[in-house]
Amino acid sequence: MFKRWLRNSTVATALLLAPLPAFAQDAPKQGGEIVITYKDDIATLDPAIGYDWVNWSMIKSLFSRLMDYTPGTTELVPSLAESYEVAPDGLTYSFKLRKGAKFTNGREIVAADVKYSIERAVDPKTQGPGAGFFGAIKGFDDLTGGKTTALEGIEAPDASTVVFHLSRPDATFLHVLAVNFASVVPKEAVEAAAGDFGKKPVGSGTFILRDWTVGQSLTFERNPDYFIKDMPRIDKFTVEVGQEPLVALLRLQKGEVDIAGDGIPPAKFLEIKNSPEGAEIIVDGQQLHTGYLTLNTKVKPFDDVKVRQAVNMAINKERITRILNGRATSANQPLPPLMPGYDKGFTGYAFDVEKAKALLAEAGHPDGFETILYSTNTDPQPRIAQAIQQDLAAVGIKAEVRALAQANVIAAGGTEGEAPMIWSGGMAWIADFPDPSNFYGPILGCSGAVQGGWNWSWYCNEDLDARAVAADSMSDPAKAAERQAAWGKIFTDIMADAPWVPVTNERRVVAKSPRMGGAGEIYVDPTRVINYDAIYVKQ
Amino acid sequence: MVFLLLRRLVQTALILLGVAVITFLLLYALPADPARMIAGRSATAQTVANIRRELGLDQPLLAQFWNYLQGLFQGDLGRSYAQKTDVGALIAARLPATLILMAAGIAVEVVLGVFLGVLAAVRRGGFVDRFVMMASFVGVSAPQFVAALLLLYVFAVTLAWFPMSGFGTPAHVVLPALTLGVLGAGWYARMVRSAMIDVLNQDYVRTARAKGLSSARIVFRHALPNALLPIIAMIGIDIGQFMSGVVVVEAVYGWPGIGQLAWQAIQQVDIPIIMGVTLVSALAIVLGNLIADILAPLVDPRIRAR
Repeated sequence: MFKRWLRNSTVATALLLAPLPAFAQDAPKQGGEIVITYKDDIATLDPAIGYDWVNWSMIKSLFSRLMDYTPGTTELVPSLAESYEVAPDGLTYSFKLRKGAKFTNGREIVAADVKYSIERAVDPKTQGPGAGFFGAIKGFDDLTGGKTTALEGIEAPDASTVVFHLSRPDATFLHVLAVNFASVVPKEAVEAAAGDFGKKPVGSGTFILRDWTVGQSLTFERNPDYFIKDMPRIDKFTVEVGQEPLVALLRLQKGEVDIAGDGIPPAKFLEIKNSPEGAEIIVDGQQLHTGYLTLNTKVKPFDDVKVRQAVNMAINKERITRILNGRATSANQPLPPLMPGYDKGFTGYAFDVEKAKALLAEAGHPDGFETILYSTNTDPQPRIAQAIQQDLAAVGIKAEVRALAQANVIAAGGTEGEAPMIWSGGMAWIADFPDPSNFYGPILGCSGAVQGGWNWSWYCNEDLDARAVAADSMSDPAKAAERQAAWGKIFTDIMADAPWVPVTNERRVVAKSPRMGGAGEIYVDPTRVINYDAIYVKQ
Repeated sequence: MVFLLLRRLVQTALILLGVAVITFLLLYALPADPARMIAGRSATAQTVANIRRELGLDQPLLAQFWNYLQGLFQGDLGRSYAQKTDVGALIAARLPATLILMAAGIAVEVVLGVFLGVLAAVRRGGFVDRFVMMASFVGVSAPQFVAALLLLYVFAVTLAWFPMSGFGTPAHVVLPALTLGVLGAGWYARMVRSAMIDVLNQDYVRTARAKGLSSARIVFRHALPNALLPIIAMIGIDIGQFMSGVVVVEAVYGWPGIGQLAWQAIQQVDIPIIMGVTLVSALAIVLGNLIADILAPLVDPRIRAR
C-alpha cells in the first residue's frame, strides 16, 4: 500500500504563480531585456559541477529538476515531476514525469534521462562535488567505489516513471531532488560537448544559454517551450562578468545595468541608502546563513565547556551587525530564522562581560589566556575578526588575528589541533536546501570532525548524532512537524556544549535599477539568490 | 644574430623549466587542498577522495610533475580544476584583450614619457622640468586603483566621454590604457630626462651647436636617438609585466585580460590555471627582453660594433 500525495500540474502551476509575500502593487509583466553584473567569472554551468553562489542560480534556471521551490520561499513543489508517491517505510519514491516536457534541443524528456543525470552527478569520473547528496540511493557505494557505472536504486520502468529505492530512510530526499546536482541533462548533449558541457549546457529550464564570450559576458534567452506557462518573465538577460562592484553600482545609477549581483560595497552603502532612489535600489533579503565563531574542542583551553560558554557571553554581536551596515541580525543558535526548526523562544547566551569573566575564573583562567583567531582576508571579515579580538580582550583573552585567503583558512580548520578559533565570515555559506539536517552533518556532526572536514569545532556528540539519524528517518510527511521539532531541539541542545558562538544571520544585498519589479524575496531567494524565472521589468 | 637567437632559445627553455619547477613546488606546498575547494562544504570524505584521485592529486609529487611536464612538451597546459576546461583555451581566449591593453598602455607610456622627458631635459632646472619631475613622481607612486577610479569618475561617469567598463570597441581601451600609460610614463620621463641630459652634455652636441644647427634639429636628430636605448630596455620589461596581467586595472574597467583569470584561479586554488598563466608571463618576459636585445643594435650602431 502506497500513501499517495497527488499533486497535479495545475496545482503546481498555481503554487508557482501564487502571489508572493509583500508583493509590490504592480503586477508581474512579460518581456524585457536586462543586464546583470558579477565580479567573478562564471566557472561552469554544468549542473553536476557548479557549486558557487553565482552559478547556482543560473544553473537553476537553465535546467529543471523533479522538484523545485515556489519562488521566494522554502516551499517544496513538484516541477518536472507531475506527481509523486512515497512508500510508508520511506524507502521507495515514485515519480510521474510531466507530459510533453522537452529539452531545448527539442527532444522529449524521458525517465531514463533522470536516471542518467543523477548517475552522472554521482560518478567519480564527473569530479562533481554533489555526489554525497545521493548517498541514500541503493547502490551508491558501488558507483562511488568504482564497482559499477550505474545506480541500481534508480529504475525507469517506462518513459514517464522514475522509481528511487533507498538503502535507508532519508527525510531530505525530496529536497535532494531539488538541488542543482539533480538537474536533468540530455545524454547526447553531454557526449557531444566532449567534456565541455559546462560551457555548452543544454537543459529544460526557463532559459537557454545563447552566447558565452569567455571572461566577458553570457547571454540567456527565454525558453519558449518551458513547461510552465508565463515563466520566465523576462525575455533575455545578459550577464557581464569581471565587473568591480563599485563600477557596477555607478553603471546601475546611470541606467546601464539592471542588477548588480555583488550588492553594494560597504563604503558606498550609506550613501546609496540615503539617496532619493535608495529604497528602490537596495534589495536585501534573508538567506539561510549563519555567521559563526568555531571554538575548537580539541584545542586547550577550548576543550573546557566553561571556556566556550564564557566566549559565547563575551562577544558583542550588536557591534558586529553594525560593521555589516545593519544588514544582519544577532544569532543565538546555529539555525537561521528562515530555516524550519528555528526556535524563536530560545535565547542562548546573553552578552555579559562580567559573567564571562566569572566563568573563565571558574575554569581556572582568571587572567585569561592567549589564542589564535583565523579569518578570511577580504573586507569586512578582518574588521569583524578585530571586533571579536577586542571583545575577547575585554575578558582577558589575548587572540592573535590571522587573516588568510579562504583556501588556507579552510585547510587550517580541517587540520586537527590547528585552528583554535575561526570566524566563518566570507566563506559564503548558504544552506544547499532549506532543511535543518543540512546544517548539521558536515559542520557540527561527528562525520565532519575529520581531517579535511568542515566541522572546525571538532565537536562530536554521539548522542546528538544518533538523534540526528532518528530525525532524518522520519520521512513520512505527516511527521514533518515532529521531525522539525526534533531537529530544532538538537540545535538548541548543541548550544549547551557551545562548540560555536552563533554570531549573525546576514542578509544578502542586491542592487537593482528602479525599473526592475518584484518582491525582495525573488532577488534574494532563499534557495537560489536571484530567481531569474520570477524577476520582471516594470513597463 | 643567429647565434644570439640560438643562445636565447636555450636560455628560454631553461628559464621556463625553472619557473615551472619552482611554481609547481610552491603551489603544491601550500596548505590548501584543491580537491577540498572543489568539493565544498557538504561533500563526504569519499567524494573528496574521489575528486583527488580523478585529478591525480593522490599521486606522489614527482609523478604529478612528470605528468605535467609531459603534457607541457606536447603544448598541453592541462585542464582547469574549477572550470573543467582546457587551460590553453582559457588563456588564448584572454590573450587578445591582454595584448591590446599591453600595446595601448606601452604606446601611451612611451609617447608621453619621451615627450615629457625631452621637455624636462631641454628646460633643465626650469619650471617645466620641476613640474614634470614632480608629476612623474606622483605618477610612479600613485596606486593604480586610485588612478583608475579617478579617471573613470571624471571621463566616464561625469563627462561620459568613454564607456565605464567592458571590452570590444576602441573607446573601451582608452581609459585602461591611459591609467597604465599615465602612471608608467613617469618612469620613462625620468629615464629619458637623465639620458638626454647626459647626451646634451656630450662634445658632439656642443659641436653641433657651434655649427649653428637649430635647437630642434640638435634635440631630435642628434641627441634623442642616442638617449632612446634605455627606453627600449624598459619596453622589453613592460611587455613581460603587462602580459602577466594588470589585475587592478583589469578589475576596475572590467577588462577581460589574463590578470582576472589568474586572480580568480588563485582564490580557487586552481593550480593548472596558475601554472599556465605563470608560464605564459615568464615566456613574455623572456620574449620582451629578446625583442629589446634585437632592437638595441638596430637603434644604436655602437652595440653592433661591440
